[in-house]
Amino acid sequence: MLDYAWIIPALPAVSFLLILFFGKRMPLRGAEVGIGAVGASFVLSVVAVFQWIDRVDNATGHSEGLRALGRGIFATQGHGEVAVQPVVNSITWWQNGLAKFTVGTRVDGLVVMMLFVVTLISLLVYVYSVAYMREEVRFTEYYSMLSLFTASMLLLVVADNTLVMLVGWEGVGLCSFALIGHFWEEQENSNAALKAFFTTRTGDIGLMIGIIIMFFAAGTFSISGTNAYALSRGADHSLLLAGAICLFIGIIGKSGQFPLHTWLPDAMAGPTPVSALIHAATMVVAGVYLGARLYPVFFEGFSIAAGGVNFMALIGGITIIIGALLAFVQRDIKKVLAYSTISQIGYMVMALGVGAWTAAVFHLFTHAFFKALLFLGAGSVSFSGSHHSFDMKSDMGGLRKPMPITFWTFMIGSFALAGIFPFAGFWSKDEILVTAGASGFDAFMVVGLVGAFLTAAYMTRCIYLTFFGEYRGHGHPHESEPLITVPLVVLSFFSIVAGLINAAPLGLEKFKDWVEPTVTFPALVHPEFDYPKALISVSLAALGIGIAAYFWFRREERGPLEGLTQRNALARAGYTFLEKKYYLDVLYENVIVAGIKGPIARGVYWFDQHVIDKIVNALGSGARRLGIFTYDVVDQKVVDGAVNEIAEATGETGGLLRYVQSGRVQRYALLLFVAVGLLSLALLIANI
Amino acid sequence: MGLNQFLILSAFLFCTGIYGVLARKNAVLVLMSIELMLNAVNINLVAFSAYRSNVSGQVFALFVITIAAAEVGVGLAIVLLIYRNVHTSDLDEVDQLKG
Repeated sequence: MLDYAWIIPALPAVSFLLILFFGKRMPLRGAEVGIGAVGASFVLSVVAVFQWIDRVDNATGHSEGLRALGRGIFATQGHGEVAVQPVVNSITWWQNGLAKFTVGTRVDGLVVMMLFVVTLISLLVYVYSVAYMREEVRFTEYYSMLSLFTASMLLLVVADNTLVMLVGWEGVGLCSFALIGHFWEEQENSNAALKAFFTTRTGDIGLMIGIIIMFFAAGTFSISGTNAYALSRGADHSLLLAGAICLFIGIIGKSGQFPLHTWLPDAMAGPTPVSALIHAATMVVAGVYLGARLYPVFFEGFSIAAGGVNFMALIGGITIIIGALLAFVQRDIKKVLAYSTISQIGYMVMALGVGAWTAAVFHLFTHAFFKALLFLGAGSVSFSGSHHSFDMKSDMGGLRKPMPITFWTFMIGSFALAGIFPFAGFWSKDEILVTAGASGFDAFMVVGLVGAFLTAAYMTRCIYLTFFGEYRGHGHPHESEPLITVPLVVLSFFSIVAGLINAAPLGLEKFKDWVEPTVTFPALVHPEFDYPKALISVSLAALGIGIAAYFWFRREERGPLEGLTQRNALARAGYTFLEKKYYLDVLYENVIVAGIKGPIARGVYWFDQHVIDKIVNALGSGARRLGIFTYDVVDQKVVDGAVNEIAEATGETGGLLRYVQSGRVQRYALLLFVAVGLLSLALLIANI
Repeated sequence: MGLNQFLILSAFLFCTGIYGVLARKNAVLVLMSIELMLNAVNINLVAFSAYRSNVSGQVFALFVITIAAAEVGVGLAIVLLIYRNVHTSDLDEVDQLKG
């Protein structure tokens, strides 16, 4: 399977076409094809996972086939620095002089992990959507787009060069546009889709420039070649820095990092399963994946090994805090989760920025499960609990009794997100913090701890408003059907156990062994598990839960914060500042866009009227004069003259020949004999 | 007798034939002139054959006589048909193919 990885994205791509053309005539309106294709991809991905594990174990020399998986989990065997080569299969697409372009697949631990996550979560989202989207418009189109979305993401994952990666990247952007704008009948939703498209496109410009810079630096689009160049001694550091910054701008756009994060909460306009897919497995993590894939470029470009503040860690750190703070002032449950994603992706980007590659990818892995779980849980709440509303303050509350499965799975997801021991998020977040501390990035470790505190607090608020207190909605809440709850249960299982795969104190470091590349990769820091730090982070999370619970659960008794925004001008200003989302949207829309619309547009209009139109008019009259000249001289005299001359010459020749074609036999005979005589004369002369 | 007398006779006959073909208006006379030309050729063939002691020239003369007989047969048939259609054997009148 490692050699035929192209099949995995090909299956959903084919199902996209099938659903598009034949979906409406099928009994389940195309859903069965989508589920079948992504299910097959999932099975193949699992096969690929086992084959990769086998390959790693064979390279490290302690395995007899698949049994190694079982032994690997329950035994502790760290392997030394043994090189496990990625499986690369590529064909030359076209070659022009020295520039050679290939397409193909490149499979290594990171790819295999991503294949597993993307196909698993896609499969669950597809199953969930059968129930969730049943009543909605354009069901078939929804499934076809979902298939293309998965296919694009898988293509992005298995690509062996940055060009193919870019194709997948843009495909993901296109599908997210289509899916966020699924309910385009409302202006607001299509605006959100456009905003997502344009904001990520802003970042994509950086990405494309970055890819071009890296091509001219390394002389190849291949990922292995680019990475090898970045690590080689001959690499030009300023080129690497420029390439890394441009590529990172692409990551900022796609992964919703500060300051281009504003599209992510608006993207909640799309159907909820799509939000789960975007936030857990596809679009948003594409940026982090790019960072992990081309990590040597960032590592060398930003001089991460030297320690200290760098662009990547800084952006990640800022995003953790601003995303978490914004989550406090949302009424919409999905927006809380959206800001939470921004904040969590901030952790991953910060981890990449502080040299914690394994931790960043590990957090991506665990986050995918619990964020998908939380989004699907929120969807379940709105589907069966709050009458299709996402407003926590007006339509939810007290839902834990009528919806026990949703409640408990949502709790598991929240615990995992908040980093409570022993849920998945605890292990990955702790690894980030420990590595940041061990690599000399103490300031970022503190930022991460503050983020952990804030995460726990806003999730407590969210759970309180949704599941506790009095029911404030108007519907009849009941538990959702199995098509919805089964994916929740599966995801909560992974949210509990996924972290154990790299639980250092238990001696399990399989994630590092299996996923971390061992060739053309910078030397990374792998610190020991640090009990005091883990204790601090868990206590901070618990403190966050406690404080938040104190404020919100005791609301009836009017806690100390109650009415603070009315009493204190500073608090009110802070609240408004958060509610306006730091005025970033205002900045973009009123200053940048309006500025472009205002003076710049007027300037451009003047330029258009006075310069471009003049040029166009001059060109027009010039062309007219040229046309008249052409007609008079060239056409009338030259062309027509030539035609007439030829006709006349033909006529004259014909007139001459008429005398020969007289129809008189004897004239023919005369011609014959004259010709014979002439020929004989010629022969005679020639023979003399 | 030398070869030259035969060649002169043959040339005389051939020129008479050409004159007849070109100058006569009657199709039958034109055909007869053609026969003269063919016989001029036969005389040449036989003369050269005798001169070189090689019979192939005489054999060719036989062939030419055979072809000439057939040709006259076809030619007379055409002339008869033309006469039946246009009531003349004057070649100047028979110019339906004139371009």
